[in-house]
This record gives sequence, structure tokens and C-alpha cells, in this order.
Amino acid sequence: MLTLAKRLIACLDVRDGRVVKGVNFEGLRDAGDPAALATRYNEEGIDEIVVLDVAATLERRLALRQTVAAVAARLFIPLAVGGGIRTLEDAAEVIDAGADKVSVNTAALADPSLITRIADRFGSQAVVVAIDAARAGDSFVVSSHSGRVPTSWGAVAWAREAESRGAGEILLTSIDADGTQRGFDCVLTAAVSTAVSIPVIASGGAGSPDHFAEAFTAGCADAALAASIFHDRACSVRSIKQFLADRAIPIRL
Amino acid sequence: MIALVDYGAGNLASVRKALGALGAQVIEPRSPGDLRDVTGIIVPGVGHFGVTSSLDEGWRDAVLDAIGAGTPLLGICLGMQWLFDGSDEAPNTPGLGVLPGRITRLPRQCPDGARVKIPHVGWNRLEMAPSDAPSHPASASPRLLAGIPPGSYVYFTHAYAAPITDACSARTVHGQAFAAAVERGPVWGVQFHPEKSGPVGLSVLANFARAASTYAGRGAGSEARC
Repeated sequence: MLTLAKRLIACLDVRDGRVVKGVNFEGLRDAGDPAALATRYNEEGIDEIVVLDVAATLERRLALRQTVAAVAARLFIPLAVGGGIRTLEDAAEVIDAGADKVSVNTAALADPSLITRIADRFGSQAVVVAIDAARAGDSFVVSSHSGRVPTSWGAVAWAREAESRGAGEILLTSIDADGTQRGFDCVLTAAVSTAVSIPVIASGGAGSPDHFAEAFTAGCADAALAASIFHDRACSVRSIKQFLADRAIPIRL
Repeated sequence: MIALVDYGAGNLASVRKALGALGAQVIEPRSPGDLRDVTGIIVPGVGHFGVTSSLDEGWRDAVLDAIGAGTPLLGICLGMQWLFDGSDEAPNTPGLGVLPGRITRLPRQCPDGARVKIPHVGWNRLEMAPSDAPSHPASASPRLLAGIPPGSYVYFTHAYAAPITDACSARTVHGQAFAAAVERGPVWGVQFHPEKSGPVGLSVLANFARAASTYAGRGAGSEARC
């Protein structure tokens, strides 16, 4: 059976050249060397790596070129880079350093034409629009600035807008679930994934292999991203993939 | 020596890095004349078909000359699409036309009505053309995918795709079946990204590098004419 596999993506939240991990976007702690972790996940069969410079938007810096280059050097799988990408030049810089895709968030909310400009130059496949959303009653409100500043956008509306502007993928993070390891917000994920025709990556809350299965079934996600569960060696990439394959979810083993 | 043709379509660095890891010697030609002395040509690329228009008449002629002389050529993603007649993505931009057929957009629906996400992003499987099929491009020996197990996963990212013709050596399905790999004489192409497809992708590139290293070059046997 020829079917597009569901992707497992490891996220390296990077600050000052080190991988860090927080809970609900706060309380960062050290989790290792980015290039070493990327190499390990690659050997374990990860489908893709995302490097996010978590300090960049806050401190107005671009993701460290060196970190991207070091991660890319030994990687022959897709690499996406985000954090502080504010201009076409910023995007060009990380792509030049070895990224295949750039992830834009706050700057795209401030000026959605950024999505189109990057897509026109590098193609839609190179533009991932990252959306951080939190529950507010029955709706999902999009926030900018690493989840700290609520916007007037609903998650579905912003995802559709991003698609129409040329986004190739949506990286959807639940602010409520992030770092809790209590599971992805499958209601949020399904709402966005069924509203757009581009792939949606579920993010935030992975704590067990079951959570990934839920993201791909109830959440209708095309890919699922996690950090802590991999960093802490709670579950290996391979064991999660085997778990999913055993449940007839298409996975690259 | 493999020429990596830069026409502003992106993934040059990744392809160069992968070839470097395989120990292949790579040059980036500055002008079409630089293709004269190479033993292999790679046309990489990712993005919009319209970008291929920067491969102007001079480049087209040089590539056609090289193919005519038997130089192994590998088109990757957009670079493979360029080998065909043209694409619905940029109807006014002609392809090189060394493979018959037109590039079309992948459907948003399967024949059974199920929704299909476009672009086709991620890891999908290769189904090899039966080697005993009369239409098989190289019924003698498919070289590009030599040693690649059927069903192997490779990484795709594209919204447009090539039709299945007798040049198709492997197909993949996303909404519809399309050509994942093509092979006709010295002209090879892959819709997927071998430089991003892990060990399987590196094996594909190694097959090409091997073909390039065994190609004697255009100078061979031509001394008498000089």
C-alpha cells in the first residue's frame, strides 16, 4: 500500500546554543547539545527535525547560524528552523545555513505578506507557519510572542489565512497542552487540520505513544512534534513508531 | 566530476553536502561551457516551475549536447519536472522536453472522494516498475534504483507531478499515481529528494555518482579529430 506516512518530528528548542525545555512556554532547563541530539534522533529514525530559537523573538535575535549549520552538517532528513524570522533576509540566512524550511510566527501575524514573500522566493514547501493557540471557552485564540500576547485571530481563521498566503504547512502548538505531557489537544488539531488542505503538525503535550496515535486519529494530524518525551528518553523514537505501526498507522520504520 | 547546476532553485547546499558525504567531486558551473568536461550533471531544485526559465537557451543547448553525448544526468524534484515538455504550474515556461509528457497538479481528492492534503509533504513509498515489463525503461538493468528495496520510504515535497510513462521506473501514490523516478538512457530523474531521504536517498545518489565515475567523458576517443 502506497500511503504517505505520518511524520514524527523532534523539536529542539534552542537558546544560546543549547537545547532547553520549559512547561507552558516558561521555566526553561537545559536538555543538551543540538547537533548531538539531532544526530541521535536521526539514528533512531526520526522523520524530521525542527530547531526553534526560543530566545529569538523575545530578545530580538536570529536563530544562531552556527547551531543550524552544526545540526544540518550530519543530517540527511528535512530540517525546519524558526524563531525570530522577521524578514525575507532572515529566512534566506537560515536556509543558507542549511535549513530546508523556515517557521514563521509572530512576524507573520504582524505582517502576513511575509508568508507570501518567502513562498515566492523559496516555494511554499519552505514556509511553515507556526501557530500558538490557547482555549478560550469554545474557541482557540492565537497568541504571538511565544504565546504571551493574544491576538484577535482564531486558530482556524488564521490557519486558513496562512494557507491562502502561501504557507506549505502549519505547525500548531497548544499553549495549554505544551510541556504537560498529558496529550495533544486533539480538538484544536482536528479543527485546524480539517479546515485547511495543507499538512498540519500537532505540537504540545506528547507524553506517551498513545498520545501520538490520538493525534493521528482523533486529531487528524499529518505529523506530530515533540521535545521532552524524546530528550528525557522517556520513549525512543523507534518504540513510538513501532507502537503506531502496530496500530495500522502508516509510519516509516 | 559532477556539475551541480545552480539556477536559484534552492536545495543546492543540501545536494552538495550529500554528494560530499559520498566522496563525489562536485563543481558548480558558472557558464554552459563548463558542462563540456564533466562526467555527470545534476539539476536540483525545489519550488515553482517558473524558476526553471533562468535555464536559458545556452544552458538548454549545453545540457542537450551533454545528454546527446551520453553524459549521465539526474534531475531532482523540480529538476526532474524540467526534463518533461512543460508544466501546468507555469504554462509559458517550456521544459527541456527530453521526456514526453506534461507536469500536472496533484488532485485534492482521491478517486473515492477522500480529501488529499496538498502539497504532498513527507515520507512515501516507492513501487518499482516490474523489471520484466516490456515498457520498462531499462529492462536490462535499472541503474538509478539499483539496490533500493521496493516499498522504501523517501521524502517528497511537491504539489505538481509527472505522469507515468514508459520512462517511469518507480511510482508513488498521493491522490493519484505519479512518476517518483524516471530513467531513459543517460537521463534520470527523481521527484523525491534523495538528499533528504536518509540512507535510501544517499544510496540513490551513490548510484548516480557511480554512473558518473564510470562515464569516460566526451573527450574519450576524440583526440583524432582535434
